[in-house]
Amino acid sequence: MDLYEHQARELLHHNGVLVPRAEVVDTAEAARAAAERLGGRVVIKAQVKTGGRGKAGGVKLADDPAAAELTARRILGMGIKGHTVHRVMVAEPVEVAREMYLGFTLDRAAGRFLAIASAEGGMEIEEVAARRPEAVARIAVDPAGGVTEAKAAEIAAAGGLPRETTETIRRLWTVLTAHDALLVEVNPLVVTRDGAIVALDGKVTLDGNARFRQPSWDAADDRARDPLEARAAAAGLGYVKLGGQVGVIGNGAGLVMSTLDVVAGCGARPADFLDIGGGASAQVMADGLSLVLDDPDVRSVLVNVFGGITACDAVADGIVRALDTVTLTKPLVVRLDGNNAARGRAILGQLAHPLVHQADTMDGAAARAAELAA
Amino acid sequence: MAIFLTKDSKVIVQGMTGAEGMKHTRRMLAAGADIVGGVNPRKAGTRVDIDGRTVPVFGSVREAMDTTGADVSVLFVPPPHAKAAVTEAADARIPLAVVITEGIPVHDAVAFQAYARARATRVIGPNCPGLISPGQSNAGIIPADITKPGRIGLVSKSGTLTYQLMYELRDVGFSTCVGIGGDPVIGTTHIDALAAFEADPDTDLIVMIGEIGGDAEERAARYIADRVTKPVVGYIAGFTAPEGRTMGHVGAIVSGSSGTAAAKKAALEAAGVSVGATPTETAGLVLALLAETPGNLA
Repeated sequence: MDLYEHQARELLHHNGVLVPRAEVVDTAEAARAAAERLGGRVVIKAQVKTGGRGKAGGVKLADDPAAAELTARRILGMGIKGHTVHRVMVAEPVEVAREMYLGFTLDRAAGRFLAIASAEGGMEIEEVAARRPEAVARIAVDPAGGVTEAKAAEIAAAGGLPRETTETIRRLWTVLTAHDALLVEVNPLVVTRDGAIVALDGKVTLDGNARFRQPSWDAADDRARDPLEARAAAAGLGYVKLGGQVGVIGNGAGLVMSTLDVVAGCGARPADFLDIGGGASAQVMADGLSLVLDDPDVRSVLVNVFGGITACDAVADGIVRALDTVTLTKPLVVRLDGNNAARGRAILGQLAHPLVHQADTMDGAAARAAELAA
Repeated sequence: MAIFLTKDSKVIVQGMTGAEGMKHTRRMLAAGADIVGGVNPRKAGTRVDIDGRTVPVFGSVREAMDTTGADVSVLFVPPPHAKAAVTEAADARIPLAVVITEGIPVHDAVAFQAYARARATRVIGPNCPGLISPGQSNAGIIPADITKPGRIGLVSKSGTLTYQLMYELRDVGFSTCVGIGGDPVIGTTHIDALAAFEADPDTDLIVMIGEIGGDAEERAARYIADRVTKPVVGYIAGFTAPEGRTMGHVGAIVSGSSGTAAAKKAALEAAGVSVGATPTETAGLVLALLAETPGNLA
């Protein structure tokens, strides 16, 4: 889960990293009031979960509270890379003497975390890394040892950061480990005119798998979320809305992704990714089907199940149950193979619904669903 | 032969007495696995009857290994306890730990993978279906009755795509099918399985299934170009996945221009791997390659 900048800022602040004073508001009038409290001259920053806000005009300096109100009015409601700005952060400006980059990220290949440090911050670190890889230090952290005083000094030295940053390096590591984060990035980390080390911007990605031991995480406060995605999350279904016309339901992330590709290969656009998971019950199947049928863009639905733990007769029962409560107005193509497939096919055969079609193969089912959506 | 798991493997189950553990222990036994015990400190000394077999429950992995000579552990331990369970298996120096559990925090996986590596315990998973050597043994949740023994080796990030390909190629059969899991940090990688299949005299052709996220497939492609002499057929899932969205598997996410299915397919093709556009087409490529090389797959 990616956090908004203001949420990341709270985590950093909570762990002793210096951040500029700031407030988060969702109206222009509140931005004016916040600017008055913060001393007049402020930076207005769009709160969206994407990079490149500055280039898109989502970060502006305002000289006084009146300008803050005007600027906030322009930024609120703006679209940045498909994300609508619902809130802005009003922050105290900082006198910057020097900009740096510092982050901790997961190295999947090595199976451990890496510190990334660079004396060049404030711009696209990816560009610096591509152009001059020697300017960006990557230092592996031993999971058993963590970031000790000596390790922090090593990271600072490798990245060309001043020695005064070691305390911040250790605190960022604490944010990463104590909060089950997969990414903690500060860009830029700055030295101010009076010598303080301050995080001007922060990006944090939390590991959703750790929710069971992170009780302070609030349920996704994500207004950008599609209503169907919110409903799926409440029902515990893995769902991503994609915007096409063929609704896709399957079991197992790999098979569902593959099904989307096969549908696309047939010239149709998938409407969603919906994984009913392993060992799904009839109820889960029924929930998934009614969810996909409620998507107004959907013109046909493809159910592609290869039963491993999941039993195909339970999937068929779920379809029958869903059709008790939902009136099917769109064609449904079903392909069942594997565990209890014969029984599942027989259940659907008995149903004899004019809009329910069975297919023998995955490719055949995708072609049929694509054709019916055309 | 087979890789990582043979008919001689002695298997214990950590978490056997839970609902999932019992269900799958029964299925593994039916598939021919030599299940010699379960581990549960609270039920040590008891026995569990499963379909006419009596399986003893031990208090620790160490005790189970000392008593039975077990060399494989399959873990159905819930996420909050998975790190401790893998750590225990590694402390006992078990050669292979197969972690089925889904939803383990990445920080825990980072810690136990490093711990196990330092103790020479091979970990498969987490968040994987395990592995099966058809006709010999089964450690995990892969259905045993959809294929048969043969001479194809299969390694995959996805459980259901493993099943799909096993089923598509059921008339030819497999030496071993390994599901390595869809998490960002896993123990056994595509490369580990490719190396083992390359060295296995009973594997003639390798099927490799990948998906979006990370660069494991690109690294595997370089390994294939340098070190693998057996034919490899590939399949990659996730061409239609949008950037920045997790597609079911925690590790399946395209970030910027990295981790895309197109880049993975291109890397594999550059290494001489035939890559299918669908699972069925991939199976077709396997069959065509086998037809071209008479003498193989006797």
